[in-house]
Amino acid sequence: MSAGRLSIGDPSATESVDKGPLLRIDGLSVEFRTSDGVVRAVTDVSLSVDAGEIVAVVGESGSGKTATAMSVLRLLPDTATVEADAISFRGADLRALSARELRKIRGGPVGMIFQDPMTALNPVMTVGAQVAEAVLLHQNRPDKRAAWDRAVELLRLVGVPDPAQRVRQYPHEFSGGMRQRAMIAMAIANNPDLIIADEPTTALDVTIQAQVLALLKKAQAETGAATILITHDLGVVAELADRVVVMYAGRVVETAGVGEIFAAPRHPYTKGLLASLPRMDVDVDQLDPIPGNPPNMADPPAGCAFHPRCPLARDRCVTERPALVEIGPGRTSACHFHDELAVTP
Amino acid sequence: MTSRTVAAGRSPASAALRRFRSHPAAVVSVVFIVLVVLAAIFARPLSGHDPNAIDLLQARTGPSGDHLLGTDSTGRDVLSRLLFAGRISLGVGLASAAIAVVLGTLLGSVAGLLGGWVDGLVMRLADVFMSFPSLVVIVVVSGILGPSVLTMVIAIGLFQWPVCGRIVRGVTLSLREQEFVLASRATGAGPLWLMRKHIIPAALPPVSVVATLAVAQAIALEATLSFLGLGVQPPAASWGNMLTDAQSLTVIRSEPWLWLSPGIAVALTVLAVNFIGDGLRDAVDPRSAS
Amino acid sequence: MAAFLVRRLAINVLVFFLITIAIFALVHKTPGDPIAMQIPADQLNSGSAEFIAQKRHELGLDQSLLMQYWHWLTNALHGDLGYSLLNGRPVTEVLGERIGPTVELMGVGLLISLLVAFPLGILAARRRNSLVDYGATVVSLGSVSIPVFFVALIAIYVFTLKFQWFPSSGISDPTNPGLLDSLHHLVLPAVILGFGNSGPFMRYVRSSMITELGADYVRTANAKGASPRRVVLRHAFRNSLIPVLTVIATNLPQLLAGAVVIEQVFAWPGMGQLAVSSVNQHDYSVIVGFALLIAILVLLSNLLADVLYTVVDPRVRLR
Repeated sequence: MSAGRLSIGDPSATESVDKGPLLRIDGLSVEFRTSDGVVRAVTDVSLSVDAGEIVAVVGESGSGKTATAMSVLRLLPDTATVEADAISFRGADLRALSARELRKIRGGPVGMIFQDPMTALNPVMTVGAQVAEAVLLHQNRPDKRAAWDRAVELLRLVGVPDPAQRVRQYPHEFSGGMRQRAMIAMAIANNPDLIIADEPTTALDVTIQAQVLALLKKAQAETGAATILITHDLGVVAELADRVVVMYAGRVVETAGVGEIFAAPRHPYTKGLLASLPRMDVDVDQLDPIPGNPPNMADPPAGCAFHPRCPLARDRCVTERPALVEIGPGRTSACHFHDELAVTP
Repeated sequence: MTSRTVAAGRSPASAALRRFRSHPAAVVSVVFIVLVVLAAIFARPLSGHDPNAIDLLQARTGPSGDHLLGTDSTGRDVLSRLLFAGRISLGVGLASAAIAVVLGTLLGSVAGLLGGWVDGLVMRLADVFMSFPSLVVIVVVSGILGPSVLTMVIAIGLFQWPVCGRIVRGVTLSLREQEFVLASRATGAGPLWLMRKHIIPAALPPVSVVATLAVAQAIALEATLSFLGLGVQPPAASWGNMLTDAQSLTVIRSEPWLWLSPGIAVALTVLAVNFIGDGLRDAVDPRSAS
Repeated sequence: MAAFLVRRLAINVLVFFLITIAIFALVHKTPGDPIAMQIPADQLNSGSAEFIAQKRHELGLDQSLLMQYWHWLTNALHGDLGYSLLNGRPVTEVLGERIGPTVELMGVGLLISLLVAFPLGILAARRRNSLVDYGATVVSLGSVSIPVFFVALIAIYVFTLKFQWFPSSGISDPTNPGLLDSLHHLVLPAVILGFGNSGPFMRYVRSSMITELGADYVRTANAKGASPRRVVLRHAFRNSLIPVLTVIATNLPQLLAGAVVIEQVFAWPGMGQLAVSSVNQHDYSVIVGFALLIAILVLLSNLLADVLYTVVDPRVRLR
């Protein structure tokens, strides 16, 4: 497969030459230069997304999930150094693209949704102008009129009431849920093949979360786009995801299908996450939160990064970091003792 | 993984000193200012002339062995006038900054401690002083009361207190609710005690930055006012009034030694003090480093 | 928003009255007979004692201080600022003919300082800690530290005496007036004023841009595929303008201070030069009139800042 030969921004390329995954990240590492020294936020992360698939990337804050997602479109700040064996989209190496070629991908075949719609929208530009901008930037010939019409149409699509009026309003005149709908409109404006959503519902009220999730589901269904869904909320995962990638301390610790993850997690961290979920049939006092705190990424624990908080931890966990191994078809786990978690029928 | 290097000398003061030392411009400026201060103190022996000694035979001569920087229109030695003028400029700078700091600390802590309408009044007052251009107001006041160094120093100080006052007020507000302050007050500490023991030490770092910058501004202001004839009056020498003569084209062209040296003296001194202020700012609060 | 502006207006009016009290206190301290400031010189010289006593009574100069203040203030607000001690002309007339050149100088000077500050500030913000950034910092530090009058003298030395490109005094050449000649005279003073004023602006633009460039919406714009140029100009810059515009308004009094000095050096016939010469010649009526004008200007510029703040930011405007 020749990297870069395929014209990525070309909408007529409906089938990837390579029948492999739509997005492939191999061996990704991200380091940040901070005043405290160099911090490794992501180490050796690999993940792939097939066309139309919804992959949830789960982890606490600091697990590296956001940095992983941002590295795809090179949206990390200058203080970050990104290294990877491969980051390829539709078979072509994204890292080899020039800045101009990358801009054709951003907002086009790959759309992004960010966490906090209040700060992610420009406060001095009308919502309509911002949505129209997403369209304008990818038109073959700039046509403002068409872009604005499409903006209104998109707002209607995402369920913003009275879009023809709303299009002239500013972000602070929208409610939180509506702002996120506008962000989704911007992400799907150009019929992307891949949507990367970074904690799309975290900043919203609980009741609104459900609405926005439903919208995401609908958007995904109608566009057929693959989705990378970054979240720390397992409820969201259960609603939307096909596959789950669990991250901890900058590494992947488990991957599995969504059903398998919930029914039979094979990593103590995943198990701990599930156990700490509030449930209708379990008293709050009986919740089992994971003890301890997430690791300090400037100085992470030796061996397995989870060992200080792990109920299964033993000496081996401190001296030897467990590799991510395949434990079944489409399942991986990075725990020396994952067998002990296997559910015996 | 990276391990953090433990810095020797962990106190905040030594950390600040280290940060200051890492600014080459600030360090050079400190050396420069020390030299200027020394030159001003030892003005007489350094120049070998009386700054007010008129010698009409030697008027308007260029730099020579006897007069290193030449002479002015009445034959007075430029170098010695320059050095003595340094005393005035530095003195004015320090005095007005001192007034600004004292006034600002008093008003700022009062505003912070008492709150309510007192706070509002003081802040409103600060706003007014900050919005008026000090130069113009001093021109007006000098016009009516007559120009004098005292008027100038007090006036400059009056226009500089708001910046200091705001900082002290902020420090006061943030300290007010902290436990050790409440504990002090519970044992009967009055406002003066609080100021001395708590507020002033806490406010010292940011105030020192502001005070340094105020000195720079005051020196520049004095030079400008004296240049306009409204500050230090002749025959006393000030860097500013040594430049007043330069308003004629002939002087500019044919007697550059007259005006270049005091001008450069002001420029370098103000620049140096500003650099020190910038260095202090970064030393005191590294988060504000650009 | 309207409530905010009304409250600001009320405060400014109150402050104005307090300042007039301060000015009047100064008026009262002027040496000499106050009546000399309030009637034309020819009347003063030729009038009989009874005439002058009667005038004194009319003008309220024999009444209490409070009444004197009131008379003085009401007269001033009606446009009667007394008469110049130097040439007996009404102060309003003397000031009036000087406002134009000062406004011209300040206007062009402001334009130049913005033309310098904005591009430099934006460039410095985009390329932080680069040579450009460092250079811009040096320039702005220089403009703040080196007294404007010294820069002016050097400029005269270089451009008037050495190169003979620009004249160094006056607003025009009486023997050869015209637009080109006026512009010719305007260049040096306006450029120096602009340069001297640009320092703080540039730092402000730079820090404002740095803040905006780190904002989330910039990341969104990048994620949409916008070019860096578009992100800087269409997104970050528009947001950074909000605080910068108010700074420009509140900086106007400083601009005037600079103009006073520049006018003196370049013999520019504006208000500033008038103020300095009035001080040197003890023309108290003019000085007092000038003081009132300054007070009005400062309060107006504060109000302008308040208005700009509400108008430019849609979040405030629509509240």
